[in-house]
Amino acid sequence: MIHLQDIRKVFNAGQPNEFVAIEGVNLTIDSHVATALKGPSGSGKTTLLSLLGCMARPTSGRITLKEREITSLPERFLTEIRRETFGMIFQQFNLIKGLTALENVMLPAYPKGEKHAALKRRAMDLLELLNLAGKALAQVEWLSGGEAQRTAIARALINNPAIVIADEPTAHLDTTLSREFMEIMRQLKKDGKTILIASHDPIVYESDVIDRIVEIRDGSIVLPGDGA
Amino acid sequence: MGAIEKQRHILDFTLSSLGRRTGKNIALVIVYALVIFLIASVLFLADALKNEAVQILQDAPEIVVQRLVAGRHDLIPTHYMESIKTIRGVQSVESRLWGYYYDPFSGANYTLMVNADLNDHPGAIIIGAGVSRRSEPGKPLQPLRKNDLIPFKTSGGEVLTLQVKGLLPAASELVTADLILVSEPDFRKLFSVPNDRATDLVLQARNTKELATIATKIAQIHPDSRPILRDDMLRTYDAVFDWRGGVILMVLSGVFFAFIILAWDKATGLSAEEKREIGILKAIGWETSDILLMKFWEGAAVSLTAFFLGIFLAYLHVFLASSLLFEPVLKGWAVLYPHFRLTPHIHIYQIAVLFFLTVIPYTVVTIVPSWRSATIDPDAAMRL
Repeated sequence: MIHLQDIRKVFNAGQPNEFVAIEGVNLTIDSHVATALKGPSGSGKTTLLSLLGCMARPTSGRITLKEREITSLPERFLTEIRRETFGMIFQQFNLIKGLTALENVMLPAYPKGEKHAALKRRAMDLLELLNLAGKALAQVEWLSGGEAQRTAIARALINNPAIVIADEPTAHLDTTLSREFMEIMRQLKKDGKTILIASHDPIVYESDVIDRIVEIRDGSIVLPGDGA
Repeated sequence: MGAIEKQRHILDFTLSSLGRRTGKNIALVIVYALVIFLIASVLFLADALKNEAVQILQDAPEIVVQRLVAGRHDLIPTHYMESIKTIRGVQSVESRLWGYYYDPFSGANYTLMVNADLNDHPGAIIIGAGVSRRSEPGKPLQPLRKNDLIPFKTSGGEVLTLQVKGLLPAASELVTADLILVSEPDFRKLFSVPNDRATDLVLQARNTKELATIATKIAQIHPDSRPILRDDMLRTYDAVFDWRGGVILMVLSGVFFAFIILAWDKATGLSAEEKREIGILKAIGWETSDILLMKFWEGAAVSLTAFFLGIFLAYLHVFLASSLLFEPVLKGWAVLYPHFRLTPHIHIYQIAVLFFLTVIPYTVVTIVPSWRSATIDPDAAMRL
């Protein structure tokens, strides 16, 4: 589904603080598979995840999504692909303070111009699915860590993406909530979604939800798992 | 349909964004509205006063002829009228008698003017509303009424008592506040003006296009005279009110610059929270144009609210509250202060200029920094 070919990503190129985050990465991610990107802090997991999720462009190399070369696409098309294909769950949840859980969930769909009533219904359905219906009208800063996490998951799912990307999703959760998160991922995988999680938490990469572990160190893949 | 829904969603989000930063935005609207209020008040007031002056001068004589002695206005011999009448194009010539009288009791200067209707009623006067309100030091304010007597001191030192026969309508108060209409014999007695002298001459012409020519001929026949055209008077009023308006605007320019600094500060620096939000919105699929649209709505909402609030308050201030703040500067200086309401008169042109000088630049400067933030890679949100 996603294919990375000889990817290199350099930050601050040509400057004294130039930093090579990703070097010579070749990777194929198959559909309906749950993949974990494993590695220590600073190994390049987040950078690789943002490249896979069309949030950044590689300095060199090619990325294809469903046989379509996307590296050279203009920003506008990349945004559309990001919105339609990927659902993002961030390490810090990145919910917008001052808005309700419901409004946060609806946000990614705003640029699509869907009817407000229909969009609200879908958002409520997702919150119900994640046992958050009672918190729909609560401002996100009043939610517990687990509730904020589930709100972020609902937001990632609002545009019904084929691929769900999560960056260190359990970093701020206790063991129970981390296991709960993996159960939700199991359900999503069962629903046919492709799951991509960057984590160095054993609860994630040792979970039976994960089909494949890709190990990264110093910006390169040291263990590609199955399907490289 | 989708495009309208999209606009609605983004506008909804913008309004809730503004609501989340209530304190900051209310402060901004207050400062912004205050600036608009002050500037619009000056513009409205100067324009309404000029308009009043134009209305009043519409009935003014086309040419006024004064006599100058050593560069000062002096009494004009009435026989000048004979020679002026002979100038081609002059329809009528009349003499006027008017002057100022200092009333030591109230400390006010009155304008005294001869009214031909009173010539058959010597000893009678008609007074303006300001005169009727005169207060005497140490005495409670007692408005003058019909049949009250007012003592005047003639230039010879004698006392001349005149009786109030009527009051001038309050509607004309801007020009009649300090006015007293008297009969010709009383006026001449009061100021010792010889019978063959008048204060000035007024004349009407058959064709207004010939006014300048007539004025030149008068100046040729009587080199000691100064003909003044109605247009010259209008220009003087315009210049006086523009100058006064300018004085206030100069003072207000400080306020205006303070506002520019505030707007610039807001424009050049987005808060970390705002940058974070833009990053998140990009990461979850908002396009750069969606973010700019949101910021445009945000700037426009603040700007338009403040603009209309400022204009509305300025309207109330000028036309209902008699311009409490600027009264002393714009209306002039007098003891008998006119109480009046200006006729609401607003130039759409002025509103448009104010709009283009405030709302448009503000909206633009709020978009610029957002544009800078909105064009960053969305993966920055991954590292927030």
